[in-house]
Amino acid sequence: MPSAFAIEHVQASTDRGEIRLRGTLRFAEAAPLWTELRRLETTASRGQTLDFEMSAVQRIDGGAMALLACLRAELHRRGVKSEFMAADAQVQRIIHLYGGDHAVRRLKRRRPLGTLDQLGRATVAILHELRLVLGFLGQLVVAGAGVLRSPRSANLRELPATMERSGADAVPVIIVINFLVGVAMAFQSAAQLKQFGANILVADLIGISICRELGPLMTAIVVCGRSGAAFAAELGFMQVNEEIDALRTMGFGPMRYLVLPRAVALIVVVPLLSLLADVAGVLGGLAVGVTTLDLTARAYLNQTMRVVSVWDVSSGIVKSVVFAFAVALIACQQGLATSGGAQGVGRRTTSTVVITMFTLILIDAVLTIFFRVAGL
Amino acid sequence: MTDPLFKVVDLTIGWDETVVQRDATFEIERGEIFAILGGSGCGKSTLLRYLVGLEMPISGSITIDGVAPDQSVPGRPLFGVMFQSGALLGSFTVAENVALPLQAWTALPADAIGGIVAAKLRLVGLESAADRMPSELSGGMCKRAGIARAMALEPDLLFLDEPSAGLDPVSAVELDELILDLNQQLGLTFVVVTHDLDSIFKIGKSCIMLDRESKSIIARGDPRVLRDTSTDPRVHSFFNRVRQEVAS
Repeated sequence: MPSAFAIEHVQASTDRGEIRLRGTLRFAEAAPLWTELRRLETTASRGQTLDFEMSAVQRIDGGAMALLACLRAELHRRGVKSEFMAADAQVQRIIHLYGGDHAVRRLKRRRPLGTLDQLGRATVAILHELRLVLGFLGQLVVAGAGVLRSPRSANLRELPATMERSGADAVPVIIVINFLVGVAMAFQSAAQLKQFGANILVADLIGISICRELGPLMTAIVVCGRSGAAFAAELGFMQVNEEIDALRTMGFGPMRYLVLPRAVALIVVVPLLSLLADVAGVLGGLAVGVTTLDLTARAYLNQTMRVVSVWDVSSGIVKSVVFAFAVALIACQQGLATSGGAQGVGRRTTSTVVITMFTLILIDAVLTIFFRVAGL
Repeated sequence: MTDPLFKVVDLTIGWDETVVQRDATFEIERGEIFAILGGSGCGKSTLLRYLVGLEMPISGSITIDGVAPDQSVPGRPLFGVMFQSGALLGSFTVAENVALPLQAWTALPADAIGGIVAAKLRLVGLESAADRMPSELSGGMCKRAGIARAMALEPDLLFLDEPSAGLDPVSAVELDELILDLNQQLGLTFVVVTHDLDSIFKIGKSCIMLDRESKSIIARGDPRVLRDTSTDPRVHSFFNRVRQEVAS
């Protein structure tokens, strides 16, 4: 199909040129139109004039006009004067609609950030986030103190349902994961211990590492992925849906009404889940001990009970309480800090999981060192 | 006389056992602003979903320039659609939203696409918001960005779902003026779903009015003429309510 437009470049004088357009300029032919215009606009340089002569243009649509307006703006920014000339009334209206007869505004170009700038900004953002979490912790403590002074002001209605969702519903996954962790660790250590004829020591290794470290940590990670993400998404959606504002206007503080019940629910159920995780992990080790190390179940369990002290289990429970508080604190803080619709909810849910995972590992390391230094 | 751009013949829409509208027949001429009117729940927005091919009708036919719209088949769109909320993709900036159909359906180089996007955004008054995310825009800005995106491929036909709903009066008037400009200067055809009669009296050239009870079209024609001459009590009360509000 022949082109419905024609373009001609006329150099009237050394510093003045014209691009003469003819026919019908349509978006359907935008690609050849753009290529041709691009070729011709390079003929003009700073201080010169390159006008668009439009008297022979019969029709122009919005897409073609958008390209011409864009080119004119670019010429102006390069210091080349350019106007649309001699258009008929209909074409002139479209030129006007697309701002082709307006002064060209200079665009503010964003300077790309250097690596150092980006690092600085990221550090400031992390510190800012930390300050917000600490501020949130302070508000939570104040709200908790308020509830202790006046227990009837607490919102306990949500507590059982939250405990069920975060606790009972998580039991199967906690049991399976910790059983498999016990199995995997026992397999890894069995090969080494067998060489020294110290098969029975697998019970020591599994019992202590599961009760002191892995049981509470794996439980907290699962709770973070299930309940932490759910809390953040739930509160985030309430925030963007203005439900939190509505609660505030009705006199309910989000701390007492939403955050405290969730924090209490996790602080109650996570230690219980951790105990369950300890049992599942030990059973995983037992399964490997019995099937691959020729140990009897009685011998394995006796060895476990002899080696694992009350403090080994208790220290894991202490850790799980701290983990539960951290998960609830970060998830609720991130949820309530949500802004910006569905995308904001997704962003905060993701950051909840990432920040919480990092924090859990950090807390675990700090508490482990602390217990060791304190001789516990 | 030229063929109508848009033909709807004996259209029955709904789902399962529920019929929303029955045996609707109407035509839309090129270059007109056509309004689909009716009270809440009468099926205006549902009808729009069928007109743009997002749903398949129970019976009847819809043709745009002789082609039945069907969004289940991917391909270059025959028309632009602005949804009630603007429906911008939340993970893209405003400019990226407008550029999306151009990148998908044209062979234009990146600088030409950038130029078209800038011009479209300038057209709807959002030039300075090009790099902003949809979550940073007001409702009116989202709608205007939605119009810019719907216009990106230079369609002759635009569908607008409740363009003035939720806007302040100044933004609503500005949007009406933009629609009028695009219609008069570029000859675009608009199908507008609305119950904002102030807007319809200003921009609408013809309309149909849907009724929830009878599940049918109860009036058609120029909205101003219908307002002044219709003897149907349902049509009368629909327009009269606005008159009373204006008078009070």
